[in-house]
Amino acid sequence: MLATATSTSAMQGGFKDVPTEAARQFRAIMNAIARPGRIEAVDGATPPAPMSVAAGVMVLTLCDPDTGLYLAGDHDTADIRAWVQFHTGAPIVSAEKADFAIGHWDALAPLNAFSIGTPEYPDRSTTLIVEMDALSTQGAALTGPGIKDTARLSLPDTEAFQRNALLFPLGLDFFFCAGTRLASLPRTTKVTERGAS
Amino acid sequence: MTDYNFAYLDEQTKRMIRRAILKGLAIPGYQVPFASREMPMPYGWGTGGVQVSAATLTPEDVFKVIDQGADDTTNAVSIRKFFQATAGVDTTEETDKATVIQTRHRIPEAALNEDQILVYQVPIPEPLRFLEPRETETRKMHSLEEYGLMHVKLYEDIARHGAIATAYAYPVKVEGRYVMDPSPIPKFDNPKMTMPAIQLFGAGREQRIYALPPYTEVVSLDFEDYPFEASKADHSCELCGADDSYLDEVIVDDQGGRIFVCSDTAYCTARQAAQQDTPTPQAQEAAV
Repeated sequence: MLATATSTSAMQGGFKDVPTEAARQFRAIMNAIARPGRIEAVDGATPPAPMSVAAGVMVLTLCDPDTGLYLAGDHDTADIRAWVQFHTGAPIVSAEKADFAIGHWDALAPLNAFSIGTPEYPDRSTTLIVEMDALSTQGAALTGPGIKDTARLSLPDTEAFQRNALLFPLGLDFFFCAGTRLASLPRTTKVTERGAS
Repeated sequence: MTDYNFAYLDEQTKRMIRRAILKGLAIPGYQVPFASREMPMPYGWGTGGVQVSAATLTPEDVFKVIDQGADDTTNAVSIRKFFQATAGVDTTEETDKATVIQTRHRIPEAALNEDQILVYQVPIPEPLRFLEPRETETRKMHSLEEYGLMHVKLYEDIARHGAIATAYAYPVKVEGRYVMDPSPIPKFDNPKMTMPAIQLFGAGREQRIYALPPYTEVVSLDFEDYPFEASKADHSCELCGADDSYLDEVIVDDQGGRIFVCSDTAYCTARQAAQQDTPTPQAQEAAV
């Protein structure tokens, strides 16, 4: 039966030793957001396609029944829902209620659907996990906390991140995932068009 | 080790703390509320720092704990043993060998690098708390960036004492936005806070986590005509001779005798060892 097949595969692809693997993967995720533009390697998760390993690692490390997860576009499949449900118990919610949102850049639009927090609680905002085909340290120039001089990262857009930074201390935080690699762009980072690289 | 989950806390608690740490790094200086847990030590003994360390440590880390700069005080020894037992991590007293350093009230003298994480134990995370006791009000003041009261407090210091008398927990402004309590570190340490390492702050009783990414701009509040000054006792260390480190005053007898020694024991010990390895000029002459 199809339902049985789905539920069996949903049980695969989690961390083998949750406490130690989650700790190691969290270190990579923390290093990424503390140093915007730096690309970190992660592994240990095998989510159903089209979710990348890196996005799967983020889900396993950070999501649980306390965090609403929004699956955008082609990520909203029965397989992914079952996998998320089995490994984390995170409720699948709409964009407005999401603590985390996963999808390709175009599928996540419009960004103003997501919560940017409130002036008294700017932490009550959505973290976007953006699936990318590739990540490289060439592209838009990044400056801000966590960056010594300037960092560079291949971003799917420039203007959207500039608008987001203007909202500080409110705003969205972004992670970009490609295969087993991830990088981050928190709301503090100022993005400028590519200069001489 | 088998009796506990890795690093003591359960996984759901660690995830909750980890999410708070990420928000803290995304909004530097903002105090993120978190559901602080009861720890097997009393509030005021570093329960916030311990929870942040528990959520941060990996099996490969080398862990160091200092209390007022010292590795060998009760609080430091017991927290170090706690994570030795529950996380099985290696520990060290040498600053440059540590990857995660939990601290109470000091920043190590040796400069930290990009691969290190500094975890502060914080008693009162709210810099405005002694000026305005209501959380609803201080939260509003942060949201409106209304920090006039803090400047009035510093001004009153000057009016009363002729200088800004605040010597520790000296308020800082982070990236031109949030006024933050650096925890009760001496103001001597404030200029070090713009550093290559990640800084995480945990307040267990007050249930707040905040953070500074590397190289974040941290400015001590002051006035144009009364600029901030990182002060220390006007002596050099009795044991290692350092004149650039923060000093503790120690009473050594009951005749009022006192000496000044480095508060950072690892720094002082390393300097003393280096001096013993290098023969003094007299010893070199004797050898010839």
